[in-house]
Amino acid sequence: MLATPMAPNSADRAWFAPEVERLLPELFGTALRLTRNPTDAEDLVADAVAKAWIGLDSLQQRDALRGWLFRILTNVFLSSWRAAAARGIHEPFDEEGGEGGEGASFSLFERLHQPFLLWWGNPERAFLDKLLREDLERAIDALADPFRVVVVLVDVRGCSYQEVAESLEVPIGTVRSRLARGRAALQRALWEHGQDAGLIGKGNRPRKEAQ
Amino acid sequence: MSDERNLTCEQALRFLAAYLDGELQDATDREVESHLARCRSCYSRADFEKRVKQQLAALGRTDVRPEFTERIRRLLGQFAASPDAPEP
Repeated sequence: MLATPMAPNSADRAWFAPEVERLLPELFGTALRLTRNPTDAEDLVADAVAKAWIGLDSLQQRDALRGWLFRILTNVFLSSWRAAAARGIHEPFDEEGGEGGEGASFSLFERLHQPFLLWWGNPERAFLDKLLREDLERAIDALADPFRVVVVLVDVRGCSYQEVAESLEVPIGTVRSRLARGRAALQRALWEHGQDAGLIGKGNRPRKEAQ
Repeated sequence: MSDERNLTCEQALRFLAAYLDGELQDATDREVESHLARCRSCYSRADFEKRVKQQLAALGRTDVRPEFTERIRRLLGQFAASPDAPEP
């Protein structure tokens, strides 16, 4: 339940609504990747905006609004995520083992790159050009929560490792490790999708995997 | 005289993710940059990973429904008009 917001200086806050409206596509885009659900994402943004209004007096400078608002959004999401984790709602995951059985070692570039084609073509760039936004969304949404949250915060939001460590209340080494494993799992998912959808050229035969 | 190391490909690739994330100390950052400037293979890898990052960053912006924009307008309008807290 939200605390009662103060209204006395509403006139001074007239700038806030248009700024928030301008940021809505970014707030919603991040919220959607965090929650994986449009309805939950809208609720998360609305909750963050309400909390921002309540705490607006603590914002020192207007041009810091964007970063401040995204920190609130992230913290609101993480609070509900931790609460769900405490209730055992999230799937357990293996911090050390990572995903796909090969941790952080999978590289999409190594699968696609063909050095002998250096002067004739660029299969890895061609592959990225063929990927649709939905392909990336599906791959990122399929990551286990602890990896997905770190990948979203660093790669989608552009947060620093330190910011993510503080938000998640984990050591910075854990952020690095989850990020590497999350990215590897993401690239593996894109590679598998590329094979299934026929996006990969005949020269890019899957190599035998060292399991 | 510079203390800058000449990184091997293996060393440069180990630092690559942190380099692209802007997380390296200045000296190591310069060492990676210097390696990428003279190694075509590692440069190609860095360019690829940078493109993947750019495509992921583009997911951070998604059009919202007009109804949702209206919901936020209404919410902030209520906040501005009344000390009673509306539900978001």
